[in-house]
Amino acid sequence: MGVKKAITGAQAAAEAMRQINPDVVVAYPITPQTPIVEQFAKYVADGIVDTEMVPVESEHSAMSAAVGAETAGARAMSATSSQGLALMWEVVAATPGLRLPIVMSLVNRALSAPINIHCDHSDVMGVTTVGWIQIFSENAQEVYENTLLAIRVAEDKRIQLPAMVNQDGFITSHAVEPVEIFDDALVRKFVGVRSLDRALLDVEHPRSVGPLVLPDYYFEFKRAQEEAMSKVFEVYREVGTELSAITGKQYPFFETYRTDDAEAVVVVLNSAAGTAKAAVDAVRAQGKKVGMLKPILFRPFPYTEVRDALRHVPVVGVLDRSMDFGAYAPVYSEFRNALWELDKRPSMQSYIYGLGGRDIMTTEIEAVFEELLSGELDPEHQRYIGLRG
Amino acid sequence: MSERKAWQELELGVELPAATSLGYKTGGWRVLRPVWNASECTHCMICVSYCPDMAIPVTKSEEGVAGKGGRMFKGIVRLETNLDYCKGCGICAHECPTKCISIIREEEAEQAACKL
Repeated sequence: MGVKKAITGAQAAAEAMRQINPDVVVAYPITPQTPIVEQFAKYVADGIVDTEMVPVESEHSAMSAAVGAETAGARAMSATSSQGLALMWEVVAATPGLRLPIVMSLVNRALSAPINIHCDHSDVMGVTTVGWIQIFSENAQEVYENTLLAIRVAEDKRIQLPAMVNQDGFITSHAVEPVEIFDDALVRKFVGVRSLDRALLDVEHPRSVGPLVLPDYYFEFKRAQEEAMSKVFEVYREVGTELSAITGKQYPFFETYRTDDAEAVVVVLNSAAGTAKAAVDAVRAQGKKVGMLKPILFRPFPYTEVRDALRHVPVVGVLDRSMDFGAYAPVYSEFRNALWELDKRPSMQSYIYGLGGRDIMTTEIEAVFEELLSGELDPEHQRYIGLRG
Repeated sequence: MSERKAWQELELGVELPAATSLGYKTGGWRVLRPVWNASECTHCMICVSYCPDMAIPVTKSEEGVAGKGGRMFKGIVRLETNLDYCKGCGICAHECPTKCISIIREEEAEQAACKL
């Protein structure tokens, strides 16, 4: 059993970082990520952690310094949001190829323009193709546990890839809720220390890191990177089982809520999954069989498992908190792909909601269920929830 | 890299063995080839010092080598250009005070080799 603390999602990320006690933390402040770094800077100032905190002049420098530290053999962490992620994109894209297991909190915020500080997923959906492990968190408790999980998965010898732990800006990052923090000694034993077998400063085994690689080798390096990504599933399961021994919880690739006999299911990421569960309960109270699926591990994407979980469901609605302009929305796209292999494919509908922090209400998700059950669907065109006009 | 590994054999990440530039035969990029006429050379070392790829090797000769005007040049003398690394930039020919280096197209050199 742990200790329950009333903290925000940002503080939950900082609590996980305190227990991880990384060698280096490099970050540049950006709303709504700032309280993670504020809280962690306090731990550094109070001597609670041994971390070298590096203040930098931009997010591009933040990820660059984290790459430098990890290459030297340190365990480095960072945190950012929206424009910050956009500015560090060049280095974010280089990190998986360098096979550096940096773990970074991403507090999801809408991408400019127009400029907006509130939650949507347009920041993370712009980097899902570059090779980071992507984990999503519904609430502060999940932020805390997913951060601990991410360190071990990322640093596993079979993986050596960076990981982002996502939480919804303001909704999760700034809302106070009870979070169970597990015993420091147990968590530190679970987290361990980063193996130094690949440290750059090893004069006995000199090597070139980040060299120019032309058409004769680039392809092979990228294929090797994909192989590591494909092994994340087994490592995630193993590490999840180990973490369960401390927390007593399960760490599935996605959460299903009342889907067993469901005739309509909505798929939704992060904090809105909580709202969707309340909507499921309300609609179930009217005697209608509905359920919810919340993706947690989004990269790599568990296509087979998702397909098996939704095999029996006749109608699936997918709620996206970002758009892919001129194309199917990112989460809808994945589920459409995953379900394609079924002999009897479900009807599907894509919905866009909550851009730029617009609230989504249980009544709106209840209306989605009504629509899904009515059969009046248009799988070729996305619909918009809570949009004027 | 001269040796080609399969993707399964690659080390983690874009990491390669250190000090591998000798294995890169950059002469493969060459379009133009310098042709050195030793009988017009004064072994002044200007071409050697200008060569950006250090592709003109030198040696120490006690007995001397025959050069411009039939004279024997002793001490440090240049040798044939190392075509494994010469990229054919032509600086040697441009700088040569005796104009003993001419530049020909690679295909001309290859045709000449075929005729032989």
